[in-house]
Amino acid sequence: MTTDTAYIRDTFVPAKPAPGRTGGPILWLRTNLFATPTDSILTVLGVVFLLWAVPPIYNFIIGQAVFPGGTVEDCRVEGAGACWAYIHARFNFFIYGFYPIDQYWRPNTVFVLGAALILPLLIPSAPFKRINAVLFFLVFPVISFYLLSGGVFGLPYVPTEQWGGLLVTLIISLVGIICSIPLGILLALGRQSDLPIIKTLCVMFIELWRAVPLITVLFMASIMLPLFMPTGTNVDKLLRALVGVTLFASAYLAEVVRGGLQALPRGQYEAGASLGLSYWKRTSFIILPQAIKHVIPGIVNNFIALFKDTSLVSIVGIFDLLNTVQAASSDIDWASPTQAVTGYVFAAFMFWIFCFAMSRYSLWMEHRLDTGHKR
Amino acid sequence: MAVQDNMSGSAPRPSLLNDPVIRGIIYQVLVAAAVIAFFGWIVLNTAQNLAAQNKTTGFDFLFRTAGFDISFTLFPWSRTSLYWQAFLAGLLNTLLVAIIGIFFATVLGFTLGIARLSSNWLIARVATVYIETIRNIPLLLQLFFWYFAVLKGMPAVRQSFALPMDIFINQRGLMVPRPLPDGEFIWVLVALLAAFAAAVALGVWATRVRTATGRYPSQVVLGAKIADALVSFLVALLAFSLLANMISGMTTPIVLGASALIAAVSVTRFAPFGRAILAFVFGLTILYALLTSMFPAVPQLVVAAGSALAALMLAWVAFERASDRPPGEGRFPLALLILVAVGVPAFVYWATGAQLAFEIPMLERFNFRGGVQLPPELVALVFGLTIYTAAFIAENVRGGISAVSKGQTEAAQSLGIKEGDRLRLVIIPQAMRVIVPPLTSQYLNLTKNSSLGAAIGYPELVNVFTGTTLNQTGKAIEVIALTMAVYLTFSLLTSAFMNWYNGRVALVER
Repeated sequence: MTTDTAYIRDTFVPAKPAPGRTGGPILWLRTNLFATPTDSILTVLGVVFLLWAVPPIYNFIIGQAVFPGGTVEDCRVEGAGACWAYIHARFNFFIYGFYPIDQYWRPNTVFVLGAALILPLLIPSAPFKRINAVLFFLVFPVISFYLLSGGVFGLPYVPTEQWGGLLVTLIISLVGIICSIPLGILLALGRQSDLPIIKTLCVMFIELWRAVPLITVLFMASIMLPLFMPTGTNVDKLLRALVGVTLFASAYLAEVVRGGLQALPRGQYEAGASLGLSYWKRTSFIILPQAIKHVIPGIVNNFIALFKDTSLVSIVGIFDLLNTVQAASSDIDWASPTQAVTGYVFAAFMFWIFCFAMSRYSLWMEHRLDTGHKR
Repeated sequence: MAVQDNMSGSAPRPSLLNDPVIRGIIYQVLVAAAVIAFFGWIVLNTAQNLAAQNKTTGFDFLFRTAGFDISFTLFPWSRTSLYWQAFLAGLLNTLLVAIIGIFFATVLGFTLGIARLSSNWLIARVATVYIETIRNIPLLLQLFFWYFAVLKGMPAVRQSFALPMDIFINQRGLMVPRPLPDGEFIWVLVALLAAFAAAVALGVWATRVRTATGRYPSQVVLGAKIADALVSFLVALLAFSLLANMISGMTTPIVLGASALIAAVSVTRFAPFGRAILAFVFGLTILYALLTSMFPAVPQLVVAAGSALAALMLAWVAFERASDRPPGEGRFPLALLILVAVGVPAFVYWATGAQLAFEIPMLERFNFRGGVQLPPELVALVFGLTIYTAAFIAENVRGGISAVSKGQTEAAQSLGIKEGDRLRLVIIPQAMRVIVPPLTSQYLNLTKNSSLGAAIGYPELVNVFTGTTLNQTGKAIEVIALTMAVYLTFSLLTSAFMNWYNGRVALVER
């Protein structure tokens, strides 16, 4: 007796052949560059674009470039690329500005000291974090200030007008970072506070600085700060810019920290309160350590923005890295068709190195701190 | 008894100093007093300083003659103009740069953001390199580069680069033709707006009918067929005219005949072949023109062969796409809408006899005459802002698209929705929810960053007002307060929009 089923397969379907390639460059090309006809067209267009764009850039930076040892005549040759000899000749100006040449050891010491202190701070497994942080955030700025400006311990006095180049760029960004952290945290706490007057003041402060461009803040600091001070007070030009940058940076940092405070579960606040801890104890032992940890990547991104923004001080007449490059580009001794471009490429590379390193560090920290609580 | 007494007694009151409410009030009074004292000190100092410098305060300076020149204004400017007009000129210049910059930055940013997520390794890599390079270099440096190195390095007036469409570029900026509409042209503009609105309404209506009944209204389907043929004819005309420029043997009759043939084919089931031919012609002509100017060193024959090969591939893709499309009845009548939006104004233009002439910039002895001269500062600022902001917008777009959960993609795939529709109907609407808030703050950033134009001499608000006006009048407090108020207004408007948008699109969760 047969069943009603019309058809029953009684043999296996023959096995399909194994896929031809499971790896290797050809499969990679196929899946990544020539997966579909559209993909192939995009790839071809991309290759054409690279063929067009890369050789001139390569020729400018390396191929036809004049390296240190070359002369200004080499740079003036028709078709010559970047004039690296010019960068080499003016390198000290780009790094130290008008700092007296016989005193270069002072900024150098600051550089070395700063690097020696900040590196262990950035490496999570390095010991003595607390001492290290105190040294870097409190002791280092004081030492650096006296070392750079002098006038004590027999060091000749160097006014801030003579500071310049990368030195000033680093000083402004470091001071901005170091001063904006406590200010930003206080502002963020104030904004989260239950006390209406404190909250309103903090919100107004934060929103005002975040709404206006940094350039107007710098103008304000350089023009209005002297007006605000008692008659006869002379506020240093660099100090004015530092005040502007710090206020500006702290408003942005406050918003980042607020993100961390809001991301904490309410239970953490309640647990702290139910243990009978006072506001400051609860905040500094329970809330902040967790909140800050959450937003370290955001804070680092803030620092990147701040570092790039320091270039704006050149508008109020401070000789930072960008302004020294800009000033040197009208140097007659090295006048050549590629002089300006070479300077900009050099400055761009310096800024890029610092910013890119910071952004990689922030990404790395993000992965490290990712304790798996996120979905 | 004693126990009961204890229980009925009220809880021991803490000292007043330990009461959180009282403490809060005390703290606030202290802080408020400190802030008031601080500001009072500042006001006192400022008054003393101003008195010492014999300066007065007040906004009456706004109605005095400015007496300086502004190199580029959107309304007639003379040395006799007043300070408030200078303020307005700067504000308008800021808005001009912001609007142009926002438009280009959005286009470039979305392209780069999507390119960065592309499955094509090369395209994704190129986009990544762009973003990582541009984001990490200060904007001011980039502006200096575009202005001092690129635009100032442009050829002198006599050796201007000629771009297509009578645009010239030289050290003095970009020369573009100036449109000279006559009296009747206003009707064409009215018709253009009306026709555009009508086209949108038609599209919405057709979609509604289709959603309700399952098919487009029959008149629309018929109209779409006719429009398809007409639009195909016009597109084919363009394509073959381009080809005729390249090949000398193609005369006008051949061009017209070929276009008519393509149009006729487009209503039959052989439409994909017509599309493939058009794709081939467009690909060949555009690539050939582009590649010959990009690689002047390569022999023309090689370029031609390469372009032909690439165009062939393009034709293949177009053919496959066209064959995949649903039959005419089920397709959105895009051609009809285009015909309405473009055809009606064209008809009005012809019927009213309106004229739109262009005053073309002509090279005279020392400079260009006629046309609109966009100053190099404006060009450099737009370039710099666009390129810089696009990198940030691209990251927002990438973040938004990656934020849409993978399940949505898989659900769409399991419903059999095609790749393009999946992006358009499922992913993008959900991604926009995440993209729009950071996007608006990028727009705000771009507007704020346009103040850097002051550093390259573009006469925007900070340059004209906080720069020149402040220097001339010495009214530091008033000028800086006004400038900050402008940016504060921009910022408040932006956040008001963001709150409204967030309220509208926020996910309604259970």
